Amino acid sequence: MDIESRTKSPKEETIYEHMLSRGVNRRDFLQFCAWMGACIGLEQTGVAQMTKALETKKRIPVVWLHFQECTCCSESFIRSSHPIVADILLDKVSLDYSETLMAASGHQAEKSLQDTIKNYKGEYLLCIEGSVPTAEDGVYCCIGGKTALQIAEEVAKDAKAVVAWGNCACSGCVQAAKPNPTSAKPIHKVIAGKPIVNVQGCPPIAEVMAGVLVHLLTFDRIPQLDNLGRPKAFYSRRVHDTCYRRPNYDAGLFVESFDDENARKGYCLYKVGCRGPSTYNACGTIRWNGGVSFPIQSGHPCIGCSEANFWDNGPFYQRTPAFPGFGIEQTADKLGIAALAASAGGAAVHAVMTNIRKRHEIGEHAGENAEQAEKDNPESKS
Amino acid sequence: MSERIVVDPVTRIEGHLRIEAEVKDGKIVDAWSAGTMVRGLEIILRGRDPRDAWAFCERVCGVCTTVHALASVRSVEDALDIHVPANAELIRNIMFCTQYMHDHVVHFYHLHALDWVDVVSALKADPVATSALAQKLSKYPKSSPGYYSELQKRLTKFVESGQLGIFANGYWGHPAFKLPPEANLMAVGHYLEALEWQKEIVKIHTIFGGKNPHPNYLVGGVPCAINIDEANAINAERLAFVGQTLQRAKEFIEQVYIPDVLAVAPFYLDWAGIGGGLENYLVYGDLPTNGFADVKSFKFPRGAILGRNLNEVHPVDPKNDQDEIKEFIDHSWYEYSQQGGLHPWAGETNLKYSGPKPPYEHLDVDKKYSWLKTPRWKGHAMEVGPLSRMLVGYASGNDDIKGAVTDALGALKAPPSVLFSTLGRTAARAIESRLAGIWGLEFYNQLLANIKAGDTRTFTREKWEPSTWPKVAKGVGCTEAPRGALAHWIVIGDQKIANYQLVVPSTWNASPRDGKGQRSAYEASLIGTPVHDPHQPLEIIRTIHSFDPCLACAVHLYEDKKEIARHELLVK
Repeated sequence: MDIESRTKSPKEETIYEHMLSRGVNRRDFLQFCAWMGACIGLEQTGVAQMTKALETKKRIPVVWLHFQECTCCSESFIRSSHPIVADILLDKVSLDYSETLMAASGHQAEKSLQDTIKNYKGEYLLCIEGSVPTAEDGVYCCIGGKTALQIAEEVAKDAKAVVAWGNCACSGCVQAAKPNPTSAKPIHKVIAGKPIVNVQGCPPIAEVMAGVLVHLLTFDRIPQLDNLGRPKAFYSRRVHDTCYRRPNYDAGLFVESFDDENARKGYCLYKVGCRGPSTYNACGTIRWNGGVSFPIQSGHPCIGCSEANFWDNGPFYQRTPAFPGFGIEQTADKLGIAALAASAGGAAVHAVMTNIRKRHEIGEHAGENAEQAEKDNPESKS
Repeated sequence: MSERIVVDPVTRIEGHLRIEAEVKDGKIVDAWSAGTMVRGLEIILRGRDPRDAWAFCERVCGVCTTVHALASVRSVEDALDIHVPANAELIRNIMFCTQYMHDHVVHFYHLHALDWVDVVSALKADPVATSALAQKLSKYPKSSPGYYSELQKRLTKFVESGQLGIFANGYWGHPAFKLPPEANLMAVGHYLEALEWQKEIVKIHTIFGGKNPHPNYLVGGVPCAINIDEANAINAERLAFVGQTLQRAKEFIEQVYIPDVLAVAPFYLDWAGIGGGLENYLVYGDLPTNGFADVKSFKFPRGAILGRNLNEVHPVDPKNDQDEIKEFIDHSWYEYSQQGGLHPWAGETNLKYSGPKPPYEHLDVDKKYSWLKTPRWKGHAMEVGPLSRMLVGYASGNDDIKGAVTDALGALKAPPSVLFSTLGRTAARAIESRLAGIWGLEFYNQLLANIKAGDTRTFTREKWEPSTWPKVAKGVGCTEAPRGALAHWIVIGDQKIANYQLVVPSTWNASPRDGKGQRSAYEASLIGTPVHDPHQPLEIIRTIHSFDPCLACAVHLYEDKKEIARHELLVK
């Protein structure tokens, strides 16, 4: 039987039906809903609402475009750790156009795109990976003979909402680093009049990508966003405030050099350049690849990949000046991304916040001579 | 009467690739390959801290993530004469093998399989016969009649839902699909199993590098510290996690990937005579076992083969700036201030678009038609990638590689000549994945032995401080990315990057022809390819996918008013 006759009487099934057909039982389904709910910070009533939504909605058509990018966002997306998440997002949304995964190429691919735009006018979700080059009328990125700029405008016109995946689409990422040779721009600078969700990171964490899609799918509206368009559920806390090494920072216990004694004890990486204090992301809570680790846990400072212009915020291994307004109550809205640039006299602020008592406790616990540590880190005294 | 067909976008690849082909009497008589995106990374790197370069370069590609980071740290270490500790080399090698297994499996199942597997035909399969087929091929446990029966039900419901998602407008029912329904159903099952599997193996990168895609690297070693008596470092638990993951990855390669390739290949033996293209193969080599400076210690030997002559392997020197590697721009949208080709250390690049104004129907292929430059080795167009590595390893008499190639050819009952083809390229990728599985565990066991013996160093501080660097230093960082030979050339001046250039595998393979009219690998491989229906370019994408294109990285330069900007197009 060919595909035509198979699809003559399309019956658009719900997510729940689809999952049943994929061998997922109701118990697993509810577990998935609870897990996803926890991931996106829902109360119990919210989970019930989400469960209901997934049971009754057909699959949302998704168009996923690629412009100036490296495909790390798509790669991250397919790493989504919960098995049912991978199923739901590859099968439960209808991924109608994805240059990375679709069977068709060339004209047939173009047809899939046009079919979705036409048949699901105002209903499809547009996901964009990559920035849009605007110099020289956009010739630095062409697909099917059209520029990224032309395609973005054309496809966004009838989209229900736009999801900007990753730092490229949210703020231009590496190609927009100085001197930005192709005048690469983020999506919110080239598309107007549509709700845009900025899912930051290079790439974003897989479960964050999944969580954002589930939110849109379930509640039929965009999640609460911060003033940079990022979902608050995942980007309202600094990596620093959720970092399991934070007590070392408060106690003034720092790695001075990679693979030194302190590095081998897992002390704070602030002095070797960690951007955790100025970076809003869920690395410290959700962690990466199914919660296995995250950059700081594996010994490398955070490079701040979920912040705009992180490539131009100074050499990665140079300690950043400290920043005003410590405390985990700070959100990006209050502190803003200018924290790094605006701060001065960082050492003093740093010192004020240093918790000597904690430091003694941790130092003793780690067999560390706290007084010696103080001598090593003189600024923490001032 | 010939017909010009255009495939743009070529999907299931990384990046933006356009193929134009001239078809006459059902066969391709000429072809043009164009990279249609650039970002300009090399100019962005100028003036920055060389120790940061790996992070910028890693963003060249998120599919073969890690490879550019590795080439970059090596280029800086080469320039500054830094020798990383043995454990750092082993951890890098483990991450390398992990990357090969991940990348090749994802390529075969998620990027390439739909060229050979008819998903719709799988609906007609007999699940019991499918199970029997699967069990005959392998001891992989997910092979019961019930498994395939449930899979088929799910697939049927999917198709009947009317929302075909990624399978919409595929080439289903095309006569070039040859597999019986049962093999198609088995392959669809393994497509889904591989999708599940791939997110597990990358956890090795997460343990050592903190995340994947884009794990962290470090000039002078690796960022993760080893301390077997500490929770916050690489300890017994982390190592056991790595060991188990490597073991399971190796099993998947041996029980699923290799048997599938060997099972599918006999149905497509005509493709052992199609898509051969160039007759020259280039490999930089990788997987050092005695420090990166000792090229002879590499598991993948370095060398070049010309004219498919497996009796002679030519030496290759990426540092020879006189008469080995040079890049040309006769058909690329750039300008040079002088005639001829340039070695990357002496290169220059000025973006100069002269193609049609978008939107366009056709490129003007008689003139310039791509953002990729055209690299040549001693004037020859070279193919890079798994096939090149297997051929150079085989011809060099490397025991591991020779054994693995011989095993595969034995299983297919085919002579070595079948390797020079689309099918051969796809088979070579599977063969080296098997080696990566074996070698990954070998490096892992060496790492355990080192730690047991008391060596836990992962980083050398020597030369970390820029004040210890010479005023000017030049280096080359080579690696074998899954898609082929990759090198970064760096010039450090006054503690900053003075110049940085990348020549990536897809630059070699996907580049436009040179001034002499010599085609590069993609274009050459398409000549003579049969095309059943010009409106359904299945055969074209089959051969192009056999190279595993990765175009993201089309890079390049940009006119600097005072100095000659020189950086390369990097298309990987």
